[in-house]
Amino acid sequence: MLGEAWAAMGSNRLRTALTMLGMVIGVGSVVLMMAIGQGARYAVAQTISTMGSNLYMLISGSTNAGGLRSGGGGGPSLTVADAEAIAELAGVSRVAPLHYGRQQLVHGSSNWNATIVGTTPAYLDARAWTVTSGYPFSDSDVRSATRVALIGQTTADNLFGADDPIGKSIRIQQSPFLVIGVLGRKGQNLDGRDQDDTVVIPLTTAQRKVFGTPFPGSVRTVMVQADSAEAMPAVEQRIIALLRQRHRLREGQDNDFYLRNLTAAADSAAETTRVMSLLLGAIASVSLLVGGIGIMNIMLVSVTERTREIGIRMAIGARQRDILSQFLLEALMISVAGCLIGLLLGIAGALLVNAITNMVIVISGGSVLVAFGVAAGIGVFFGLYPARRAAALDPIEALRHQ
Amino acid sequence: MPPPLIRVASLGKSYDTAAGPFPALRGVDLSIECGEFVAIMGHSGSGKSTFMNLLGCLDTPSSGDYFLLGRNIAGLGQDELAALRNRAIGFVFQGFNLLQRMTLADNVALPLVYAGVEREQRRQRARQELARVGLADYAASLPSRISGGQQQRVAIARALVNSPQLILADEPTGNLDSHTSEDIMRLFTRLNADGITIVVVTHEADIAAYARRQVRFLDGLIVSDIATPAGAASAC
Repeated sequence: MLGEAWAAMGSNRLRTALTMLGMVIGVGSVVLMMAIGQGARYAVAQTISTMGSNLYMLISGSTNAGGLRSGGGGGPSLTVADAEAIAELAGVSRVAPLHYGRQQLVHGSSNWNATIVGTTPAYLDARAWTVTSGYPFSDSDVRSATRVALIGQTTADNLFGADDPIGKSIRIQQSPFLVIGVLGRKGQNLDGRDQDDTVVIPLTTAQRKVFGTPFPGSVRTVMVQADSAEAMPAVEQRIIALLRQRHRLREGQDNDFYLRNLTAAADSAAETTRVMSLLLGAIASVSLLVGGIGIMNIMLVSVTERTREIGIRMAIGARQRDILSQFLLEALMISVAGCLIGLLLGIAGALLVNAITNMVIVISGGSVLVAFGVAAGIGVFFGLYPARRAAALDPIEALRHQ
Repeated sequence: MPPPLIRVASLGKSYDTAAGPFPALRGVDLSIECGEFVAIMGHSGSGKSTFMNLLGCLDTPSSGDYFLLGRNIAGLGQDELAALRNRAIGFVFQGFNLLQRMTLADNVALPLVYAGVEREQRRQRARQELARVGLADYAASLPSRISGGQQQRVAIARALVNSPQLILADEPTGNLDSHTSEDIMRLFTRLNADGITIVVVTHEADIAAYARRQVRFLDGLIVSDIATPAGAASAC
């Protein structure tokens, strides 16, 4: 039976090849699109996981000094005491006040401009940021405003090259800082900013020696981490209520701070890529469908062309199911062969995309299996109607057919 | 005494046409014993082709009964009819009806595929039958490479391959010249001598002369049924 189906396919090679091409393109595009879609989801998931989970960013309100408005984070409305109070709330696991900005770093004859983050040790925990060599600073460093620094990989590379930065000194705003640790690599954030081009120092040191502040005890931003994703809406309400009370805001008065849910932004980014990969898959599936219709079309032509053959086969004893399975097998062979070629081309295409654009691609066994199953399903589905038509032919009519 | 190989009783078949039902057969009674060599004769439209289709289990009668090997065909389903066509009957057509893509050996072996015979045995039996019709050397050739007479002999080998009791030949010499026609008819005579029942449809008197019994159809009825000088039926 298999050999016969093969011979039937070989009898009109060009037609078989063109029919197969429909399946090749269909399966190939599904595999390619799924690889790209899953790659994008993987990349976003990676980026999100570097950000830390269940995070809020609390930003102080803007000021208005003689018509000059500062924008968010410019005002002195948030204080370290606020942060400490938030840390006491139920559902809050970590709170880290932040003061950051860009500054020039100098080490010996080399210099570099990086983001300086003044914060507390809780910041590293909230962001699940490890120290790969050396050690992190402690709460006592924050209390006594010691001049110690943790530096990111990019900063380390640019300032120290191949040298070990631990124990070396860097100058920020004329103040010498001792490098006590190097942070693990995090890569880009959702905005594409390099998270490793960073220096993390104690909050107090940052306020006194680096940025200076006209409002001692105030902070621009506070990072808050909730216990769990489920707790986040409740925690949000509690933080707002607490701060309104602490800031003595009356009913109807606007908040003098902004509370941003970082996870929501990450979720929406993940959702966007999920929808995108679904969309890609859907578009590719349409071409698979078109390939299937191509098979049906050719099988119908083939049944008409071979009506006499069907009549002969019936006359010498073929049952209806013999005829049915013969044509079904042919359709299945075309679709499965097309699927195999499409699979190889799709994977090759995905690797090519990866090589040319550096885009992350993920080819999972699951997607390959799904493409294969769908192709076989299409072969059966679109082959069934022509095959049934062949099997239902009247032997006398079929024999008379020219 | 065993039942006759074929017995039809008031067999009728009508076709639906635009002008109402058209009776192609109007009550035919006939018995064919095992080992006979019968020629069915008649003009086109006489009902002989309809009769052949019914005999060959390609079609079912509208009325009357058809007993093949003692079994009434009227109540059989499609699969059972297919099985009869496969094992009890061998068809030979006017246009040879070989599958052009396949080798002669594969063509001959095709009924065995549907009978569920193993590949090796199929090959062996196909070679055997090809040898029987004198074409042993052509097993691997394609039908387009051989002459019409040779193709008809391959078709006969195919009809024989499942060892049927009955060969039905519909105008088997219609596409052949007179010399080749004689060859084919002599082959049928020889097979009949081996005990195979043969029914040939023809409108040519000299072809019908090979048979030992001539049945003539006209307007859906049998008008004559005569034994020819060719002799009595062989034992089977």
